[in-house]
Amino acid sequence: MKDSTVLKLNGLSKRFGPVIANDNVSLTLNKGEVLALLGENGAGKTTLMNMLFGHYLPDSGTIEVADDSGFLHPLPLGHPQVALAAGVGMVHQHFTLAENISALDNITLGSEPLFAVRRNRRAARRRIESIMAQSGLNAPLDLPVGRLSVGERQRIEILKALYRQARVLVLDEPTAVLTPQEADALFENIRMMTNEGLSVIFISHKLREVLAFSDRIAVLRHGRKVGEMATSDADEKSIARLMVGAETPELASSRMAPGAPVLTLSGISVTGRSKRDTLNELNLTVHAHEILGIAGVSGNGQSGLANVISGTTEPEQGLIKVNETNIGAPNPTAMVRAGVGRIPEDRHREGIVGAMSVAENMIIERLDDPDVQSRGLLRREAIQDNAERLAKAYDVRGPGVDAPARLLSGGNIQKLILARVFERSPSLILANQPTRGLDMGAAAEVGRRLLEARARGAGVVLISEDLDEILGLADRIMVIRDGELHEAPSRDREQIGLMMAGEPA
Amino acid sequence: MMDILNILLSESFWAASLRIATPLIFGVLGALICERAGVLNLGIEGIFVVGAMCGWMAVWLGAGLWGGVLVAALAGAFFGLLHAILTVPLGLSQHVSGLGITLFATSVSYYTYRTALPNVSSPPRIEPFQPLDLPMLSDLPFLGTVLFQQTALTWLALLLVAVVWYVMNRTALGVALQAVGDNPDSVDAQGLSVYGLRIGAIVVGSALMALGGAFLTMSAFDAFFFGMVNGRGWVCIALVIFASWRPGKALLGALLFGAFDALQVRLQTEIGALVPGQVFLMAPYVLSIIALVVAARSADYPRALLTPWFKGQR
Repeated sequence: MKDSTVLKLNGLSKRFGPVIANDNVSLTLNKGEVLALLGENGAGKTTLMNMLFGHYLPDSGTIEVADDSGFLHPLPLGHPQVALAAGVGMVHQHFTLAENISALDNITLGSEPLFAVRRNRRAARRRIESIMAQSGLNAPLDLPVGRLSVGERQRIEILKALYRQARVLVLDEPTAVLTPQEADALFENIRMMTNEGLSVIFISHKLREVLAFSDRIAVLRHGRKVGEMATSDADEKSIARLMVGAETPELASSRMAPGAPVLTLSGISVTGRSKRDTLNELNLTVHAHEILGIAGVSGNGQSGLANVISGTTEPEQGLIKVNETNIGAPNPTAMVRAGVGRIPEDRHREGIVGAMSVAENMIIERLDDPDVQSRGLLRREAIQDNAERLAKAYDVRGPGVDAPARLLSGGNIQKLILARVFERSPSLILANQPTRGLDMGAAAEVGRRLLEARARGAGVVLISEDLDEILGLADRIMVIRDGELHEAPSRDREQIGLMMAGEPA
Repeated sequence: MMDILNILLSESFWAASLRIATPLIFGVLGALICERAGVLNLGIEGIFVVGAMCGWMAVWLGAGLWGGVLVAALAGAFFGLLHAILTVPLGLSQHVSGLGITLFATSVSYYTYRTALPNVSSPPRIEPFQPLDLPMLSDLPFLGTVLFQQTALTWLALLLVAVVWYVMNRTALGVALQAVGDNPDSVDAQGLSVYGLRIGAIVVGSALMALGGAFLTMSAFDAFFFGMVNGRGWVCIALVIFASWRPGKALLGALLFGAFDALQVRLQTEIGALVPGQVFLMAPYVLSIIALVVAARSADYPRALLTPWFKGQR
């Protein structure tokens, strides 16, 4: 059974204007197999899967899907409805669930006649329960989805596909939002489902999980398939090389002797509007020459911590010291003047003013600097020169320094922010999810700059949900959970994962 | 104090409350359907006027009363379709389009009326809906007067509350409508049409709003005159929030407003000499603002309300 083909992509190509998203990509998927689709951001993984699911129409190439009895048939392209009916289910990176209706209603949505006077919820429930039993995916069916956890929502997304009798399941970065334990449970469930005959493609750029849980690996780079191998023949180095084209530079992360404290938070409490910005008696010290990594599952107080350090939230209790000076009334200006540089989480909304030019965005945090203005008037030429110099030094690419910043790609916006922050030589850098959504090259650049700042004597608070990033960069690791910070006793991935999930380490 | 108690215990007070609430029930249900699907319809005030004018004019031109109701509903559906096209596939601002529809629909109604009747000083009358005098039930004490002497349109409004509740909560269509107002991607990913659901909801919702207008000229009064809608549409927009987008609470809100209005008329005659009449006219609106402030703090807005959705853009 294992070697019968359930899906064939033959020479798919797709261009968006001048950009080639996929170039002649062919893939096959066998019954009961887990295929990992690996590649950097922008390598064309999601485009490829969107063609399979009918969201995009390929420029050339064909797709064949096996029917119930194993015969391959060409799939009419460009119709999600047809792909669904042929047994292709897709779980998108951003969940497509309505939060005000129950899990059961989300699962059955679209599979019942709309204008029937009565629904047969009992039959639907029986079918879902039997699917849950077979796949090991469990979720409460009657609560509104808005009240469920991220892990439960993802299981509901998969149940949606299985309810539609998917034989091929595509998972787009399924573990991006899960704790390590939840991710492991997910892969166990996938294993159960493939034993039942389901075939799975999962998109990822986390090498560890790809090596641990797939049967075969296909690597995309710049829209081309550059390699395919059985997972048993693969190792981390060789795949990484295929993904980026050359060996990824090992980050020189040798520890340095920590200097004087640059940031001290003692007994900080904030009652936020939700759990994500609530802090509870939090203590933290960062020294010069030190990168402090804050690990945690998203929504456990990371936003609150970032807001306090950047001065946008005034804590109800507690002391903030920057460079051993008390900050009496914290506000963004005071924090910037005290020497805090911030790389915000949502770079599009909080990092730049999209309608202003790249050059203006580069000086926006130092408008009182005589280099930038004199007697209240902006020094246009100096600003222009500054922008051109920084754009070159930090490799900010795009339509030019006079163009509105919103026209830059995500990676280039991040480089703009890095340029603005590092130019001021801050003594403390707050980096909140600095590499989220960036490709490996841009992410490595961020890491290199942070290490450079540390070498210069800055302290860094690195908040990240990517444990690998923290393990690769941080000198010291703390875990945030329910608004409380705890020192990680070791750099052991398992132990930190358990702390993130709130279990006693 | 005794006076207020006497008023509150009188049959005629409650009958009047229900009568005043009827157009609001239609309007709130209509607005609720639109907003549940994720589209605010500020065309409601103008659609009330269109419904009032078209229903009345159809009857005046010789159609039956139910024929007039149908014409009003179709006219409302037409303006709803206009709003739907502008806000759903074209994704224009729902506020701007809605206010535009209100201005346009109101002016077109007045224009048509004036063109058809250029030289009348007092508006021509029609024979409106009569109270349904149900033989046995109408003789019941209290309830007989309150419930069983209302016109057929009031009964239709009450029936629609139950129908809308059932559709929203017990059918696949209602679930899909709720989902499209919360996260259109959820509906799209399951192969349903976001545009179809939203356009349909706005068209049906607008038809209901027009029925609210038709009640004014065909049941509450017997003629059409300028300014008769008098902000009832806007009251409905507030009542939807008060009702947390639930049909049952919408009925309650409309009745509450009706009761305030009926009370102010009666208080005016009781103690009108002491307090200027405008204070009483203002009272229901002030009270509905207060009720709104209290209720809206916990309001659970449909998450996708006001957000246009475009196919193929995630």
